[in-house]
Amino acid sequence: MSSEPRTLFEKVWEQHVVASPEGEPTLLYIDLQLLHEVTSPQAFEGLRLAGRKVRRPDRCIATVDHNVPTTKEGRLNIVDQIAATQIATLRQNCAEFGIELYDVDSPSQGIVHIIGPELGLTKPGMTIVCGDSHTSTHGAFGALAFGIGTSEVEHVLATQTLPQSKPKTFRIAVEGKLPRGVTAKDIILAIIGQIGTDGATGCVVEYAGSAIRALSIEGRMTVCNMSIEAGARAGLIAPDEKTFAYLKGRRFAPQGAAWDEAVREWSKLPSDAGAKFDRELVIDAATLVPYVSWGTSPGMVAPITSKVPDPASAPTEQERTGLERALEYMGLKAGTPLDTVAIDRVFIGSCTNGRIEDLRAAARIADGYKVSTKVSAMVVPGSQAVKEQAETEGLDRIFRAAGFEWREPGCSMCLGMNPDILSPGERCASTSNRNFEGRQGRGGRTHLVSPEMAAAAAIAGHFVDIRNWEVKG
Amino acid sequence: MEPFRTLTALAAPLDRANVDTDQIIPKQFLKRIERTGYGEFLFFDWRRTATGEPDPSFVLNDPRYKGAQILVAGKNFACGSSREHAAWALSDFGFRAVIAPTFADIFFSNAGKNGIVLARLSEEQVATLLDNAKTISNYQLTVSLEAQTVTDNQGFSATFEIDPFRKFCLLEGLDDIGLTLRHEAALDAFETKHDQAGWLKAK
Repeated sequence: MSSEPRTLFEKVWEQHVVASPEGEPTLLYIDLQLLHEVTSPQAFEGLRLAGRKVRRPDRCIATVDHNVPTTKEGRLNIVDQIAATQIATLRQNCAEFGIELYDVDSPSQGIVHIIGPELGLTKPGMTIVCGDSHTSTHGAFGALAFGIGTSEVEHVLATQTLPQSKPKTFRIAVEGKLPRGVTAKDIILAIIGQIGTDGATGCVVEYAGSAIRALSIEGRMTVCNMSIEAGARAGLIAPDEKTFAYLKGRRFAPQGAAWDEAVREWSKLPSDAGAKFDRELVIDAATLVPYVSWGTSPGMVAPITSKVPDPASAPTEQERTGLERALEYMGLKAGTPLDTVAIDRVFIGSCTNGRIEDLRAAARIADGYKVSTKVSAMVVPGSQAVKEQAETEGLDRIFRAAGFEWREPGCSMCLGMNPDILSPGERCASTSNRNFEGRQGRGGRTHLVSPEMAAAAAIAGHFVDIRNWEVKG
Repeated sequence: MEPFRTLTALAAPLDRANVDTDQIIPKQFLKRIERTGYGEFLFFDWRRTATGEPDPSFVLNDPRYKGAQILVAGKNFACGSSREHAAWALSDFGFRAVIAPTFADIFFSNAGKNGIVLARLSEEQVATLLDNAKTISNYQLTVSLEAQTVTDNQGFSATFEIDPFRKFCLLEGLDDIGLTLRHEAALDAFETKHDQAGWLKAK
């Protein structure tokens, strides 16, 4: 260990080095692997073909989230036979290899990145992987968490390690007080808009600064979640008293004396004063506003008060063509004010914004209003626990009274692997993370926004500046 | 996995930046539990019209590029989702190498596990290759992993960087798990000690 000041990332990394063979990537130990139905079947099959076992079933957990329908009837009898087979395959694999599964009827089922934290599986200083790029969510606890491919899923199942080249470090500090109506989602959309969708490629981002510290743990998860949309390998935030308070008493959090020891260890994790980062960026929180994405890449975002950009102003030919293509796909004309763009659908949910605070924020906006007659809106809680909590608080009644559909937990329309998809040409205000072509259904047009902005758009029938919203509830 | 040494093959130009893995293999094909057979779904929404007919305006439907094994694309290729299905689809379709200015991290790793060589060249070099592949009939490129070069018979020659270990694995077509298990004794010792760190226990 060096006595030089170290970053949070370096501390977590060094704690997990199994071997550093000359001229090869570091062999890194993985504390926790999260599994779901879509990216695991081929990994288990690979184990079977090679006659290998799962090395540490106690360091694995599985759930079903991507494929599951979000209606009660739909879940009991999954019509899509290919999806049903994939879910049945996960069941068989978990039974065969001894891995705990939170199945569709479990009170712990939910989006893998929502249940990890709420069960207390996700903890500071851990290394966490999952065959899903939004694994970066868990970085909000000061864990090094990143998405992997299926071959790597198999590798971790077999060895509980991954060969990894050390990424660069990138500190993004958001300093100052966040203006009213500006959320964690807006912070990360602003960052991606500024640095681009490849702005952090090859890097682990540490989010810091007073505006990040001021965020709740759930807000921090929203920020870390979309690190991948800036190309980052992972995003993390130093653990603090809020982190410990969030974890205390959760099912898989340490108890008693082990808890005290854990807090002592976790408290050593924040980056040391004077620790050096490969890159640094400072953002003034006071300059941030509510954002809306207008194109087909998460970097294509603009303030709600602005207009659809003009491709003619692009600096290069390739960028101009790219913008033209995006606007054509999105069915938008350059110069259109974003707050006049009418929508057909609203999706509130996903691993980005499907937690209880997101639903509370959206419900506060919707309370006492009605969804526009031109809009079909749905709320999909991120997990069974989120759903139950929301129902205890009466949020479901607020949503239903306003005309939102209240669904069962899963990834749902974030990626439309289940029946929740857009029809061609439909325009959706979505609290999810990707506005790629066809992401929510072929020909569908996705606009990324915060939960508050999505709820307001559902009611108004078009995007609105949430800062001007009259809260009735 | 199949070893890769030197490949001379037809190059297809995909002149777009930020091609995401949702485009490379749309979600409806991720429900399968097999590892093979994804080639016919590669770039499905771009290759096929809404009614399922081949879209003649998409480059891979152009008969000129039939049998291409090298794909030339814009920067930040294969960004977004971690789905290895993207690498499986490219490989199953017949691509053995992709040339672009930059690649997204997770795809970079997935491609390596499937014997696909990714060559990072400069924006200018890629622009030249895109232009050549569009304008020169039967435009062939040679990707030499051993020499770390991309060349054609028109005088183009460029070198690319690759991590030596990744190069070794691609050249030999090596299985990663087997390589890791060379360190099994170190892993056993590490794990015994690491398990005592109660604050890092999963459950």
